[in-house]
Amino acid sequence: MKHLEEKIFKVIMICAAMIILGVLMYIIGTVFYRGLPALTLDMVTKLPGGGFYLGKEGGVLNAIVGSLYIILGSLTISILISVPLVMYINFYLPAKSIFSSMIRFSLDILFGIPSIVYGAFGFALMIYLGIRASLIGGILTVAMLIMPIMMRSFDEITRLLSRDLPDALLSLGATKYEMVKVILRQLMPGLVTAILLAIGRGIGDAATVLFTAGYTDNIPTSLNQPAATLPLSIFFQLGSPVEEVQNRAYASAIILTVIILILSFSARYFSSKFSKNKI
Amino acid sequence: MRRLRAAKDKAARYLMLGIGIFTILLLLVIGLSLFFKALPIMREKNLWVLLSSADWKPFKGDFGFLPFILSTFYVSLIAIIIALPFSILTSIYLNSYASKNVRRFFEPVIDLLSGIPPVIYGVWGTLTIVPLIANTIAPRFVEFSSGYTVLAGGVVLAVMIIPLLISIMVEVFRSIPKEMTDASLSMGATKWQTVKKVILRKSISGIIAATVLALSRAFGETMAVLMVCGNTAKIPHSIFDAGYPLPALIANNYGEMLSMPSYESALMLSAFLLFIIVVLFNGLSRFTLNQIERRYQF
Repeated sequence: MKHLEEKIFKVIMICAAMIILGVLMYIIGTVFYRGLPALTLDMVTKLPGGGFYLGKEGGVLNAIVGSLYIILGSLTISILISVPLVMYINFYLPAKSIFSSMIRFSLDILFGIPSIVYGAFGFALMIYLGIRASLIGGILTVAMLIMPIMMRSFDEITRLLSRDLPDALLSLGATKYEMVKVILRQLMPGLVTAILLAIGRGIGDAATVLFTAGYTDNIPTSLNQPAATLPLSIFFQLGSPVEEVQNRAYASAIILTVIILILSFSARYFSSKFSKNKI
Repeated sequence: MRRLRAAKDKAARYLMLGIGIFTILLLLVIGLSLFFKALPIMREKNLWVLLSSADWKPFKGDFGFLPFILSTFYVSLIAIIIALPFSILTSIYLNSYASKNVRRFFEPVIDLLSGIPPVIYGVWGTLTIVPLIANTIAPRFVEFSSGYTVLAGGVVLAVMIIPLLISIMVEVFRSIPKEMTDASLSMGATKWQTVKKVILRKSISGIIAATVLALSRAFGETMAVLMVCGNTAKIPHSIFDAGYPLPALIANNYGEMLSMPSYESALMLSAFLLFIIVVLFNGLSRFTLNQIERRYQF
């Protein structure tokens, strides 16, 4: 009897796992199946033409470049904030410090705040500062979104580092600041993984940039100009009643999916490399 | 020279301390600024009336949040009901049954599922789930449904929270000492009996914490739900009615409504509600999960 139950549940469990795998395949498959016919070289190399939203020629280069600008800007900000902070809570503060667990706890909560709330807060902040929907607004808001992601994954990897290296450095007479500079080199693959994860989240999120970055058919040339983003471009094209435009939304979805796939696999590659180098 | 080095060290230390304080303050600043932005509408109307009224006529000055709150609640509930059994079964399988190769194969699957952007989930939902509901499922129960329904939102959300649930639950199961499961197995219990009587019972608080965390993720999910839910400001009476969750309300209307201060304030109130609920849920479940981790660490 108990062996029958064992077998039944094992089958159910394998089915559950297979269904989850199947759904992933189904999602990627659907996007590619619908998008591939509309995916042309023009999609990635041209700006939207005159009648783009009525089905005429053009591409989504504006959105690709806009997304790239926003992610590069917000990445710079969040690296500048999260790297020192992770070093601080791991190597400056004592192991059981209340302050470091407070920081970790607030990061956990920041991590869970929905992107739409960041978007609304970012927009309110921009009105207060007198900035209109622009590249800089998008950069600041996305930076708030990806900072906790980056910091948490970098922190997790840093915690795995053995204490021998820092102790050895300190006993050689290095100051903590000099010690951190050496440790950072050791942690580089971990930092790369954290950065790739953050890019993946930041580049795909639409709700943060919906009010803050605006939308435009051109490539922004200064921080005060609005910038298009790939997720919003997909969303707007999908809302069009013209079938060709909708098909191009699916093609843009392929572009975004491929970017995410590449990021995800390279993050995996770097984190496996990290575990090999670990002392 | 030594003084310069020490000064550098000190400067770095204070800079880092400043950043640390900044991250803790950021949470407060977000909460407070949303609160103050929402204050005008709460002064104008009773908060309870706002939350319990179903009248949403912004141009007449009626702001009843009930349809949005109920939609958010229904959509998230459906998502959890669908996602929970799949996630528990899969994480038990990955933890206690699967070989190392299977586990290694599933890691990128979970990673990818959590990495796919909400917009892609939305595209997938409109292409597959919405027509499925409109043409196949709904006609058996109701006369007409466009497919853009609470159910569609729930299904898409379920897929989106599964990776979060699995990754936390696998951690929770892993935190159970091996001695405990070994003891059960050596007494002649089968694997499933061990799972049922030892692992699940020991990790119930972790499972609840993971569920609460996933629920709060579901509350705040915007784009995917917005794309499949239909968005009409009425209370959904069945799962085949259109719904209009809070995040979708903000996304659809904020930014254009700055000419009406009370409308803007009402939308800010919904952002503030989301913020408070998510912070509470997250705080509670993260606290529980941290306790679990600490209990088994040493």
